[in-house]
Amino acid sequence: MTLPSYLEQSPAVRERFKRLKAREVILEVKHLGKVYKAAKGETTALKDINFKTHRREFVCVIGPSGCGKSTLVRILAGLESHSSGDVLLDGIPVDGPGRDRGMVFQGYTLFPWLSVKKNVMFGLEMNGMSASEAGREAELWLELVGLEKFASAYPHELSGGMKQRVAIARALVNQPRILLMDEPFGALDAQTRAKMQAHLLEIWRNIDITIVFITHDLDEAIFLADRILVLKAHPGEVQELIEVPVLRPRSAEQTTSPEFLATKARLEALIHPPEPEPLEDEQEKLVKPHMIRFVNVADNVE
Amino acid sequence: MNISSWFAVRRELSPRKQTVLGVGSFLLPLLVWCIVSYVPFVWHPMVLVSNPGDVDYFQVDMLVDKAVYNDELANMQSQGKAVPQGTAANPIYLPAPHQVAKAFYTAFTTPPESKDGNWLHESLWHSIQIIFWGFVLSSLIGVPLGILCGTYSAISRLNEPFVEFFRYLPAPAFGALMVAILGIYDGPKIAIIVIGTFFQQVLIVANTTRKLDYGLLEAAMTLGTSKLKLLFHVILPGILPELYRDQRILLGWAWTYLIVAELIGTSSGITWFITQQARYQHFDNVYAAIFMIGLLGLGGDLLLAMLGKKLFPWDRPANKE
Repeated sequence: MTLPSYLEQSPAVRERFKRLKAREVILEVKHLGKVYKAAKGETTALKDINFKTHRREFVCVIGPSGCGKSTLVRILAGLESHSSGDVLLDGIPVDGPGRDRGMVFQGYTLFPWLSVKKNVMFGLEMNGMSASEAGREAELWLELVGLEKFASAYPHELSGGMKQRVAIARALVNQPRILLMDEPFGALDAQTRAKMQAHLLEIWRNIDITIVFITHDLDEAIFLADRILVLKAHPGEVQELIEVPVLRPRSAEQTTSPEFLATKARLEALIHPPEPEPLEDEQEKLVKPHMIRFVNVADNVE
Repeated sequence: MNISSWFAVRRELSPRKQTVLGVGSFLLPLLVWCIVSYVPFVWHPMVLVSNPGDVDYFQVDMLVDKAVYNDELANMQSQGKAVPQGTAANPIYLPAPHQVAKAFYTAFTTPPESKDGNWLHESLWHSIQIIFWGFVLSSLIGVPLGILCGTYSAISRLNEPFVEFFRYLPAPAFGALMVAILGIYDGPKIAIIVIGTFFQQVLIVANTTRKLDYGLLEAAMTLGTSKLKLLFHVILPGILPELYRDQRILLGWAWTYLIVAELIGTSSGITWFITQQARYQHFDNVYAAIFMIGLLGLGGDLLLAMLGKKLFPWDRPANKE
């Protein structure tokens, strides 16, 4: 089977992108660079990153390990400083963390001493809302992620997927302009992850929220994103900003559609180029397995 | 019963086995003590004279070395005089378990030997007060300072090198100085407990604060938490269960300084009781008093541990996360 080009878009998809780009720009990253200064010298983590994200867009950032995708999202969140360039949210430069940029971490980071409901109320209360009002808001958002029955449970009583639902509700209750997600489903098992992906799309569809989603899972990126920002490592640079030609609404069946496969083939080619060998961890390069047969030749498993 | 099930490497035992072994850990030393005390041919290096015979310096109820007794016995036999009689006994400083158990009760019912002396319960209460005030005073400054050191690098860098140095200075070394400054009564005793606890406390609390998952602080910041609120709404509640555990360990530390502290200036509290009883050779009372300190310490700690479980329902030491 020959795949269509990933650049080919059906009229419906093309129409969608046109509408998307007509919306105002929420996030603009201009010539962003990050240099780490260490005793051994300087390492460039990010170099000249440029992209724009429109309101209610779903952007995935993907790249090999060491491409600085986590650094990028942490800079967007204001948790790390950048060395050069600008990050503009609604045209205003980002300076330190703030409630206008919600974040969901891979490690859940729920407050263990607070009940699920109090966790969701946390941001509102920190920003001066009264407890009763914050409680009402929190209940609403817990219902949205389907955890109203667990409002009084403590985080340690929840499964990984449920914890991440709470983390999403906790970030969204603040009504941020943009939701940053740093490999949020990386620690979940495959089944829970698929469920959470569908659920996240459901939330995104119903709420005025722009999402920047970091992942290293190609399928996840294609399934979720409008556009995929592909980074390359050493230094972290933008390779391509891919417009995903897969129709919305997305469903699990689409993972075998020609557009999906074409996009995946393109991502594969970008992230795992056949030649030269991808630059791996220095230590990884030293690992050279030398296979020896320990079983009888007749005793074949395949 | 299967022996290997008791010795699984790095695996916890069933609750029943845990209880059995826990009780056993107390019964085992008690058993050794019983054997030494009640089995006549084990140790018993002395002889309790029941009948002096013709030995002119022997008296009834006198404890003499077994060698001396045997010499005199041989002497009397060779001279054809009346031989002394006696039973094997342990030295006076090792009373039998039942004597100590009895002393445990009678120590409370016996009036003080001297007129201005204290009853045992008064002495114990005085000791508890010394510990309490020493620990509270130390914590009042040590805990907040530790948390600040763990939170702000600048405060840590300014404080911790000196604290690190000071904690190696033995607290009792300040005894004479404290008496000169604070007088001879409770002041210097409380000060010794403070000196012994405070410097460890600052370092331990600072370390506990630093161990709090930084991710929680980042999450709070992305939710719009100001720097000051981070301290009170994330760091403080976040470290509370660990801080509580630290305080329990430090309280145990404070107890170990008690005896030295009470020897400073005018001896007081349980230490005064112990030294008095030892002077009159009431060693059963001495052991009883030492055990009381142990019971108070362990009992207090168990009580605090139970309280901790109630106070911090979210805290799971077994939590793998």
